[in-house]
Amino acid sequence: MSDELTIDTPRGAGVAAPGSILYVDSVTVSFDGFRALNELSLVIQPGELRTIIGPNGAGKTTMMDVITGKTRPDTGDVLFDGHVDLTRLTEDQIANLGIGRKFQKPTVFEQLSVFENLELALKCQRDTWSTLMFRLNGEQKDRIDQVLVTVGLADKVRMIAGALSHGQKQWLEIGMLLMQDQRLLLLDEPVAGMTDAETEATAQLILDLHKDPHHSLVVVEHDMEFVRALGARVTVLHEGSVLAEGSLDAVQANQKVVEVYLGR
Amino acid sequence: MKMLKLVLALLALLSVVPAYADDDDFALRVKALNGESYSDKIAAAEALAALGDGRAAPVLEALADGRLGYGPDGSILIEDNGAYTDPVSGQVVQVAAFDAITVNNRLRGVARGAAARLALFSPDVEARRAAMESIMASGSDDAADMVRTAQAKETDPAIKALMAATLANLDLTSNDPARRLAAINTLGDSNDPQIRSRLQDLLASETDPAVRQAADKMLSGMDFRLGLIGFSANLFQGLSLGSVLLLAAIGLAVTFGVMGVINMAHGEMIMLGAYTAYAVQQFFRAVLPPDLIDFYLVAALPAAFAVTALVGIALERGVIRFLYGRPLETMLATWGISLMLQQVVRQIFGATNMEVANPAWMTGGWELAGGFTLTYNRVVIIFFCLAVLGGLAALLRYSSFGLSMRAVTQNRPMASAMGIPTGRVDALTFGLGSGIAGIAGVALSQIGNVSPNLGQGYIVDSFMVVVFGGVGSLWGTLVGALSLGLVNKFLEPYAGAMLGKILVLVFIILFIQKRPRGLFALKGRSVES
Amino acid sequence: MLSEKTFWSGFAALGLLFLVVVPVLNLAVPEGSALHLPNYMITLIGKYLCYAILAMAMNLVWGYCGVLSLGHGAFFALGGYAMGMYMMRAIGSRGSYGNAELPDFMVFLNWKELPWFWMGFDHFAFALIMVMVVPGILAFVFGWLAFRSRINGVYLSIVTQAMTYALMLAFFRNEMGFGGNNGLTDFKDILGFDLTQASTKMGLYLLSAVMVGATFLVVRFVAASKLGRVMMAVRDAESRVRFLGYSVTSVKLFAFTVSAVLAGIAGALYVPQVGIINPSEFSPANSIEIAIWVAVGGRGTLLGPLLGAFAVNGAKTWLTGAAPELWLFALGALFIIVTLALPKGLVGLWSTLRAKAKEKTQ
Repeated sequence: MSDELTIDTPRGAGVAAPGSILYVDSVTVSFDGFRALNELSLVIQPGELRTIIGPNGAGKTTMMDVITGKTRPDTGDVLFDGHVDLTRLTEDQIANLGIGRKFQKPTVFEQLSVFENLELALKCQRDTWSTLMFRLNGEQKDRIDQVLVTVGLADKVRMIAGALSHGQKQWLEIGMLLMQDQRLLLLDEPVAGMTDAETEATAQLILDLHKDPHHSLVVVEHDMEFVRALGARVTVLHEGSVLAEGSLDAVQANQKVVEVYLGR
Repeated sequence: MKMLKLVLALLALLSVVPAYADDDDFALRVKALNGESYSDKIAAAEALAALGDGRAAPVLEALADGRLGYGPDGSILIEDNGAYTDPVSGQVVQVAAFDAITVNNRLRGVARGAAARLALFSPDVEARRAAMESIMASGSDDAADMVRTAQAKETDPAIKALMAATLANLDLTSNDPARRLAAINTLGDSNDPQIRSRLQDLLASETDPAVRQAADKMLSGMDFRLGLIGFSANLFQGLSLGSVLLLAAIGLAVTFGVMGVINMAHGEMIMLGAYTAYAVQQFFRAVLPPDLIDFYLVAALPAAFAVTALVGIALERGVIRFLYGRPLETMLATWGISLMLQQVVRQIFGATNMEVANPAWMTGGWELAGGFTLTYNRVVIIFFCLAVLGGLAALLRYSSFGLSMRAVTQNRPMASAMGIPTGRVDALTFGLGSGIAGIAGVALSQIGNVSPNLGQGYIVDSFMVVVFGGVGSLWGTLVGALSLGLVNKFLEPYAGAMLGKILVLVFIILFIQKRPRGLFALKGRSVES
Repeated sequence: MLSEKTFWSGFAALGLLFLVVVPVLNLAVPEGSALHLPNYMITLIGKYLCYAILAMAMNLVWGYCGVLSLGHGAFFALGGYAMGMYMMRAIGSRGSYGNAELPDFMVFLNWKELPWFWMGFDHFAFALIMVMVVPGILAFVFGWLAFRSRINGVYLSIVTQAMTYALMLAFFRNEMGFGGNNGLTDFKDILGFDLTQASTKMGLYLLSAVMVGATFLVVRFVAASKLGRVMMAVRDAESRVRFLGYSVTSVKLFAFTVSAVLAGIAGALYVPQVGIINPSEFSPANSIEIAIWVAVGGRGTLLGPLLGAFAVNGAKTWLTGAAPELWLFALGALFIIVTLALPKGLVGLWSTLRAKAKEKTQ
């Protein structure tokens, strides 16, 4: 799929673009005069785990919308793998490049069973004809079973997804993300509404994923315990731009960050 | 004697402005009609007509009919059902014998034509105007001298101007370049397509450079004015259609734009409004004094608003509120409602067209140049639709109901938390949209027939207006309606009414590919989700 | 989705009913008998079968994929016109003007030669291809433009309605060359079979029944495939499907085009049975009625559309005969009741009742 995509010389590519998995350079998005993203720049290296925090309205979700093609930036570059211009691709093309996303509000296909949800997420040819003619093979079946165990839904395999609890839907969506086997994973508040035990398990899952250098992860989260558990580099967003970047301790000590969170 | 008659006749023919005919002269010329040969008689008939005396008309008519003759003493008499009249004195006379003057076809034609032209001297203004118009239409120069005579006597300025134009028109083919030039100058600001074609004929053969130049200038001026008139006519008709579309779409802009509800029964609300106008008219005719009938529309507007708003509120509370969040189902359910409403009206009023009359003050129109008329009813509707739009905009912006309505559309849970009764606001909003459709129906009853299918004709068009203009924007609805109306009417002369409409539909279908949210789209995260 | 066994036994039962029981009741049972099906009933059921194909086509795109097209009547009518054009050419010199080169209405309009788009329609095979190709291409182009720009939900419904409305206006024009107001009619025969013969009518009926079966299989194949599940996913959460890497545009376009082709076939079978096709088939009201057949039967189910097409049209035939003024009330009420109280239609009602009965016995 990615071979067919046009490879463009980025308009204002800086030195950081080559070798990065995700390169966001001075991206601005405005809605009716309101700047949701303001000259946002961010670079994620292959195999990196990055957490992003920031108060409400800092632009975290809009940033994910821009990366996954849901929102077109007014200006700025978004490059995948150092060279693919994401701002010109549609959501499905971007997904097929190897970028997966888990939404803030769990969105699964409520009318389909747990198994069918995972089957749709399965990594395979996704054009219409192949989908029409698709037959599940043994290997793929095993993969689904494996993920079902990982997300703890093995006993709910035939259940309609709409009947799952909120936490189970979160897990199912994480399961769908695993099924896709993407190179870049964007997780928007993955532990919202989860119990402490579930939160811990999710943190462990993310760390397991991170062990595989094939995966790069960007996690947006409010829960500071969870962020600490991930122990990764932290980027703080504020009013659509990066306010601070560094280890959790470092950014928590940053005067500007304290001001933003506690109010001036 | 014979010589004298002939000389007199020739003299009369040659004189451009003959003296007022006195009785002797008139009698002499009447007498000359009894000539020796047909050519004498023809000359005499023309001489008589050239006098421009109104009394000559019945004489010439009688001559053409073979009712003109002479008595034993040679005096000329008109026979009319066995009675004889002296054409000079107008007295009825008794005679012992009567011989008719013989006529041939040529003489008969000359006499009849002359008689018709003599109507120019009739004391009746309308008869003079009719005679003038027929002469103008014939475009033949037989009558030129007579028109000149009449022009001198004419008192009515409109007819006098008509005469001047006709003479100039005739002079366009004159052999004298000076007269052609004068004619062009006289006709200068005419907008008559017939004159245009004569001017083109003239240009085809004209050799005199001065005349050519003047004719060229006049033709281009005329083409410019005719273009302007055609443009204005299209503009007016387009605005008129646009105003009708706007009226049909404003209510929809409220229910669809503000509430997101596709009301397929919207057309039926318009239809109900039109029937309310009909019912109010019948009530005025049956119960109230006749001089109040002109004011039935004033009563029909609030009545229609009330009826349709109540029906709308009932629909919202009874059906639509259970379907919020399921727009496709809402569409189907309201379609069902529209079928039922049509059938209810068919049962009550019958399936035939009802006639809703224009009140006297909306009948007629201003006739402008080039046969283009601004009819009062359409002019009134243009202003009416703007008033409705303005009123609605003011209501939304300045009233507390408008504030609640905007609050509910922007953030329902928050509005509810602020103590706004969202259910009631929904019902009233839907009632408002329906009520506006109702008064649109009253307006539409003034320019078309009222039938149970009235609403069906507007439903596709009004949806197109709202989608084209941009959902949720009253400004968009205004621009959408007017531009669709104008495009439609400006396309019509080239493509025909039906094809024009098809092209507009195709255009909109293609347009929303480019701008799925319409001309004046709201942008933002809330819209995308 | 039904299990294999239930599906095939139901399929066989329906096949038995329409391909054996109905013809036997018409042909073998003597006319005086209470069980005898008169000839007109055969044509009537044949007509309903065409409606059933149309409903199944609509179900594919609305019931499974969530795209409510209010212009499906247009595809049906186009298929019908293509078949009608063949039958017009088959009249040859037997028209009222006896002109072998031109159909009657063209002679009447003083046309001198056949327009280019009528070329080829004297061949049945060509007409048959056009029956599928014309609606298919229109659906593909229209759908590609609309789905690509993400015109969805009610917007798509409104635009498809405008499409069929524009086509209706166009076909009303004499200059279009499709018979204007009157459409195409006075057909004599099809492939040499006299259309007035009972045997021809029976043949057309049987062909419709077979086509219903074929449509069943096509819809089931699509619905049971992974693509069918993607379609349902599109119906329930369109944007989420995109983030999984499926092109929603292609999925919808596939469903829309296949559905339009099926609708065209339905129209082509319909026209020889009713003997006329005119522009009123394009009217927006007709297209909306298709939606109610599907809704009444149960959208997103295999059997629902067939059930709905028979139930609603059966009621229409009966009521417009018995009490015509009540029909629009009944149809209107049906729209409201189904949307408010029966979101899954008759099939859904049956499942609910069965589930309740089970609960009681347990």
